[in-house]
Formats: sequence, C-alpha cells, structure tokens
Amino acid sequence: MIKIKQIHKSYVTGQNSLHVLKGIDLEIGAGEMISIMGASGSGKSTLLNILGILDDYDSGEYLLNGLFINKLSERKSAHLRNQMIGFVFQSFNLVSFKNAMENVALPLYYQNVPRKKRNLIAMEYLERMGLQEWAHHLPNELSGGQKQRVAIARALIGKPKVILADEPTGALDSKTSLEVMDILQEINSTGITVIIVTHEHDIAMRTKKTIRITDGNITEIVVN
Amino acid sequence: MFDLDRWQEIYHVLSKNKLRTFLTAFGVFWGIFMLVIMLGSGNGLQRGVTRNFGDMATNSVFIWTQQTSVPYKGFPRGRGYYFDNDDAVAMMHSIPEIKYLAPRIQAGGFMQTNNVIRGLKSGIFNIMGDYPAFNKIDPLNFLQGRFINDLDIREKRKVAVIGTRVVDILFTPNENPINQYIQIQGVYFKIIGIFKSKRTGEQADQENQNIYMPFTSLQQTYNYGDAVGFFSITSKDDIPVDVVENKAIRLLKQRHSISPADESAVGHFNLQNEFNKMQGLFFGIRLLVWIVGTGTLLAGVIGVSNIMLVVVKERTKEIGIQRALGATPWVVISQIITESIALTTFSGYFGLVMGVGLLELINYLIDSSGASSEMFLHPGIDFSVAITALSILVVAGAVAGLIPASRAVSIKPIDALRYE
Repeated sequence: MIKIKQIHKSYVTGQNSLHVLKGIDLEIGAGEMISIMGASGSGKSTLLNILGILDDYDSGEYLLNGLFINKLSERKSAHLRNQMIGFVFQSFNLVSFKNAMENVALPLYYQNVPRKKRNLIAMEYLERMGLQEWAHHLPNELSGGQKQRVAIARALIGKPKVILADEPTGALDSKTSLEVMDILQEINSTGITVIIVTHEHDIAMRTKKTIRITDGNITEIVVN
Repeated sequence: MFDLDRWQEIYHVLSKNKLRTFLTAFGVFWGIFMLVIMLGSGNGLQRGVTRNFGDMATNSVFIWTQQTSVPYKGFPRGRGYYFDNDDAVAMMHSIPEIKYLAPRIQAGGFMQTNNVIRGLKSGIFNIMGDYPAFNKIDPLNFLQGRFINDLDIREKRKVAVIGTRVVDILFTPNENPINQYIQIQGVYFKIIGIFKSKRTGEQADQENQNIYMPFTSLQQTYNYGDAVGFFSITSKDDIPVDVVENKAIRLLKQRHSISPADESAVGHFNLQNEFNKMQGLFFGIRLLVWIVGTGTLLAGVIGVSNIMLVVVKERTKEIGIQRALGATPWVVISQIITESIALTTFSGYFGLVMGVGLLELINYLIDSSGASSEMFLHPGIDFSVAITALSILVVAGAVAGLIPASRAVSIKPIDALRYE
C-alpha cells in the first residue's frame, strides 16, 4: 500500500536548515495497523504529513497504492487525499459552523455528491459511531470523544485506503482514548490500513507494529 | 446550481463579525448610492433645462435685422433695413434644405400702456403675427380651439390665439373665450384658440401672455407693409441647421445690399448650437459623476477586498481542514470569490434600491407640492444604467475576491492546518 524509499526532508528557515527526515525507508502493506512513535521533533509528524500528501519531500520516493507521489499539483493532491486518505487529528479539526452530519458529509461534498444523498450516507456513518442523535449538533455542543468519533466518521466516509491519525487520543481522557482505539481497530479489521502517530506507549501497543523514529531515522520496528 | 453548503459558509463568514461586515457593506452601499443620486440629479437637471426648450425643434435658427456695420455698394454703415415678404419666398425657392420657414412680425406689446381691451378689462400683451409653420417649430399646447391655419393667412382673417394668462386677465373664470372678441390695439379680433406653454417657470409665464394672429392680418391691420420682424427656420431632419443658416444669411445679405463681410447686420441665433453646447455640458457633468461615483465605489470595493484578506487569514486553519479533506484550490477560490461577490452585490443592490427610492421620493415631493422648477425635473436613472451599475458591482466583487482567494490557496495545506 505504502512504499517509501530514502525520504529526505529539511525545513529551511532563513539561513538555517533543519534536516528532519534523514532517509526513511518504510513499507506498509494493505490492511496493516501500525503506530509511529518518537520524541517530539523526531520527525514523526513530518512523515505523517508526507504520507498524507499534505507536505512535499525533498528527495526519495513515495508510492501510494502504486502511484508515485511527488510535487503533484494542488488539484491532483486534493483529489488523492479525498479518495485515498482519511485524516484523524488530535484537535479533531471539525468545521465549526457545520453540524456533525454536515461535517461527516464534507468529503463527499468535494466529490460533488448531491446534498441529500451525502447527508444520508453521513447519517449511516454517524450511526456506526453511535452518534445518530447528535447528528444535528454543532461541534461545540459535543464532548471530546464525540468530536473524535465524528472526525473518524468523516475520515471514513470517502472510503479511503489509508487512515492517518495524528495523536488521535492526545486530547482525550483514558477511557475515551480506549473507545477511540477500539473504533480504529474495528476499522482496521475491515481491511483499511491504519497509521497512528502517538507518543503513548499503551496506544502503540494496540497496533500490530510500532515504528520508532529517532532524529529523523527509523531506529526500531517492533511487532506487538 | 444553488449550493446550500456554499451559502451556509458565506452566511457564517459574514455573520461572524456583523459590525465589520456592515461597515464593509456600507462602503459599497455608499458608493453605488452616491452614483445613483448623482446620476439621477444630473438627469433631473438635464430634463429640467431641456424642458425650457419646450417642444421646440432644436434644429432651428432665428434671423432678424440689425444695423449694418460695413459700408457697401454706396450705402453707409449704420444703416437700418427690414426683411420683407419676398425674402421668405426667395429663401423657400433657393434653399431646398429648409423644412419649415415661419416669418413673424410683432406689434408693440412690451413697455406700453394697455394694448388689449375687452369690455372693462384690459392688459399688456405681446402681439405676434405668425404663419401656421411656427407651431411646428415651437409647438404650443392647445387647451381649446386651434392655431392659425393657411386659410386665415390667405383671407387675412381677424382671428387670434391667446395664452392662458391672457384668458385669466380678460375673462372671468366661467366664461368660454372661444368665439368671443377682444380689442387688440383698437381692432377687434375673434378668439379661435387657447394655449398653454410647454415650458416651465418664467419662460412659461412669459409665453402664456402671448397673442398670436395671422401674419398677413397683422401686417395689413397695423400698416407694416410687407415688413417681416424675423424668420424662424427649421432644417430638414438629417441636415445640420448651420447649412440653412449660412445659406439664408448669404441670400438675405445679397437681397438687402449688405457686405458679405458684415458680421453684425443680420442677427441670428442657432438653437442647435446652443443645444449642442448644453448637451456637451451635460455630457461633462455625467462624465464627472461617473468618475467620482466609480471612484467612491472603488474605495468601497477595496474595502471589501481588504476585509476578505482578513477573513481569509482568520480562516486559514478552516481552509486547511477543507483542503485536507479534498477541497481543490478551485473550490476554495470560487468560495471566496462568491463571498466577495455576494457582499458587494447585496450591499450594492441595496444602495441602488435606496438611491432610486430617494430619487422617487424627491420626484413625488416635487410633484405633490406642485412646485415646478425651471432647473429640475423628474430626477431618475435609466434602467440600463442600473443594470450597468449592477454588472460593475459583480465584476468588482470578483476582482476584490481575487487577491484574497489566491492568498488562501498559496499557503501549503499543512501550514494552513498548523496555523493558529
């Protein structure tokens, strides 16, 4: 599913250049559930952003589902993100003026699915998350766990191949963290690749494989 | 296609900071409001002034005699002379560009003692001897009866056409003046028509005091021989009146032994030139109005552009989320441009409606108060101008959204997502 070879990435700020990823090689098969761990500044988020086509890399090779990804036009990458990738963020990133259902339906909006149809599909996904009663509530009327479940439903609605979760439980208490992890595991069991960036050990333990990154290099791959 | 999500977003963005939206909208509102008011007032001024011409044919010229200023063919300078009936015949004969020619002669009138008497009532009025063609050059509005006709001219009938002011002075309110007789400078004339001036203000009052009689009757009755006071001439429709004016003056000079170089012997007034000058003035006014108006509008539109930039900056993260979820740059750009167009068009439309409303109110007040001004009549703007203004707004809105929109997509999605 995901194949990266010798990925390098530096951030240039003025005179200084910060070499964040120093030749990462990684292969993730379809249906895997892996976690990426590392100290802050280790480059784990940068790697996730590159995987999510939110950021470019300087050199190397990234193949997503057999497709070579580099320096794509914004339009092309938007389409790929829309169709291949579902994002789950630490801060949920729900659109504040849209209710839960509309938030979930958003990726379908960008696919030009008619409003009625996409809201119907969104309701299905909310039901799967047990949130059908909250469908017409705005994000600020939901609890953290509920928000994250809405975000997960939104990540799933486009039928992505890969779910990228950046600290999905970072803003949640331990009980809801467990619930969210249950959901992510369930998603993975339907055959969707799940990649979670985290610094919590017990979250990483719930994945099948943990990749540890230190100073821009993969230092350890542990099968849990 | 109507896209509910798009409008939901626009509503959200615009209602988030209502005061800011209001102030921005006010800039555009004010621009278009001022444009409409100024254009409408300009039109009112033009209509008012143009109406002072009545329905007068603007392609007309008036020619009268003055003293000569150049000695010629043995005649000294400073000689006076009169036009005569044969001049009219000669002009009709040799100037084919003439459409109407109306000789006129005036009998006394101004600065005299009472010259028109009916029973115990009397007044001072202008007495004009005219041809039927005069009513074609400077039409009157007939309330009753008719103007002089060819038969009146041929038979030198003692008939008269009088203005409303004359009626007011010589008749009591419930009398019908038609077929009554009035004594004009000692001779009785039968009234055949009553008119009201088509002009406004003082000029109308002046004209309503006129009495018209057949040209030939006046010449004979008051011993003017074959003298003519002045000629009113209209050129044929597609011929500039200058052509007729020059030919007529040349012919008249020749017939009265006046030097071709004598500039002051033949007095003339070319209405078309005056009219064109005035049209030029109004064109200038309109041009100025558009410059000032669009300038004000531009200031408003720049305000919109500015606010859109702020909005885009504020929403950087939100736009980042949308792009992460698959919004293409085009979706983002068109969203922002639609917002900008919506803001300008809505506020501009409101300004347009308010402007037209105010003009209509002024119109209504002028009409209902019965005040008729010489300089101002029916302020308002053409429908086509309103449409033009609206299309300018849409285009301006789009342009105003362009820079903010490109700013919104120039930032990388990941940077947008991280933006706090």
